[in-house]
Amino acid sequence: MADLPIRVLPALTPENEHFWTGGAQGALRFLRCIACRQLIHPPAPICPECLSRKLEIATVSGRGIVHTYTINHQTWFPGMITPFVIAIVELAEQPGLRLTTNLVNCPIDRVKIGMPVQVVFENRDPVWIPLFEPVP
Amino acid sequence: MEVLERKAAITGIGQSEVGRRLGRDPLALTVDACLEAIEDAGLTRSDIDGLSTYPGAMMAGAPGFSGAGIVDVQDALRLNLNWYCGGIEFPGQLGAVINACMAVATGVANHVLCFRTVWESTAQGGGPRAGIGGAGGGSYRASGTMQWTLPYGAASAANWIALMAQRHFYEYGTTREQLAWIALNARRNAAKNPRAIYREPLSLEQYLAARIISSPFVLYDCDVPVDGSTAFVVSRREWARDLRRPPVAVEAAGCALYGRPSWDQFDDLTTMALRDAAKMMWTRTDLRPSDVDVAELYDGFSFIALCWLEALGFCGKGEGGAFIEGGSRIALDGEIPLNTQGGQLSAGRLHGFGFLHEAVVQLRGEGAERQVPGSPQVALAAAGGGPLGGCLLLTRG
Repeated sequence: MADLPIRVLPALTPENEHFWTGGAQGALRFLRCIACRQLIHPPAPICPECLSRKLEIATVSGRGIVHTYTINHQTWFPGMITPFVIAIVELAEQPGLRLTTNLVNCPIDRVKIGMPVQVVFENRDPVWIPLFEPVP
Repeated sequence: MEVLERKAAITGIGQSEVGRRLGRDPLALTVDACLEAIEDAGLTRSDIDGLSTYPGAMMAGAPGFSGAGIVDVQDALRLNLNWYCGGIEFPGQLGAVINACMAVATGVANHVLCFRTVWESTAQGGGPRAGIGGAGGGSYRASGTMQWTLPYGAASAANWIALMAQRHFYEYGTTREQLAWIALNARRNAAKNPRAIYREPLSLEQYLAARIISSPFVLYDCDVPVDGSTAFVVSRREWARDLRRPPVAVEAAGCALYGRPSWDQFDDLTTMALRDAAKMMWTRTDLRPSDVDVAELYDGFSFIALCWLEALGFCGKGEGGAFIEGGSRIALDGEIPLNTQGGQLSAGRLHGFGFLHEAVVQLRGEGAERQVPGSPQVALAAAGGGPLGGCLLLTRG
């Protein structure tokens, strides 16, 4: 993996650990409201729909569609390998539940809005970064 | 409804030297702009009893993003303040001016000095434009909202706004050839502004062939970092008439935030938060978009100005691309002259305050070669993009 790009890693906290480490089990995880089933992102101490504080950690399918994308050519800091695809993926489980991510295993000129994608994880100890690739 | 901001007027404007890598102390630039604004209003520093700024003193953020904070200016000018406010959690950069309007309207201050200073050009040196956050390696870890974008190399607002532009292209068929006219129009106007940074002609062919930053944005879609400070005096309207310069009256302000305050979770990425700020502003006035004679709309990235045009109702939602194509409607002699000083794209990234400064210049009829013909009576200044935005509708005295 000689061309693995430099990544700024997230700082792990008790609030975000389920999200950034779920990849160890191949799981994309979000907080979910036990009462109304709303998935909550970014993590929050309360359900923004019903204001319940009873939340659980839920694993989603990891499927989604490309809501929008950009091909970044600018080297924002040393060690970036350009060009690469930044996308916002909307997850299958809930309209409006989106992740900013990178698309991988996909030629840059094949990226399209509306494209079905699925999660893959890139391990950067101690975190697993959720990325997305085209559904075969 | 009582429109409190209508009790406010802009009575003085000031701007420091503006340029690339000036190498000057940003507080020195700030006091230049502030003293010019006070002088322009025909006041002295002892008249100033309020102070307002965006984004306030900052320890983090892109180098040079903040040039001076409240206490720096208060102490440098030994002001006696009844009210002051500086920060970044405002409805866009002009939120600092909207706050000042409310302060004079409610009587906690009589004359509020507002300033915004940047020195990004000097602070970022000769190197490439800086991203936001850490340098990519080492022990730096992203926290807060930045953890959701920085790990993906989405290290600049160029990326975040490009994502929104691409969605607009997809939903409405907007093209690069259309978007280009925000940049081409700005350059056309900058040629008539001696203080603009880039004044040489820019063609559509040059634009289309330019280096890609983050698709669909090329170099010319991104504003140019500069050093410079802009300042205003906001006064109670009934006192403004006695001052030195013809006042510019505040007709209405827009500062709403309804959607999620997020670059990727906001419900409609093609409108951003500008949608609600603009909508709110029009509920506070009987004037309509067709009454506006000149529009100074934030173009930190070209697409944001297109978004403001749509949000403010100069064209329909999704019609911005067709509206600006060819550049005649937004030209100095067009139906809605846009970014008459050259915008931030060509006149420099004064970060929002430059648009309000130019709106006042135009309403005073002091635009010289770039003056909008026909003695404009109503002007719009808008700033912000993504999850924050604010706008001000202004009328001539």
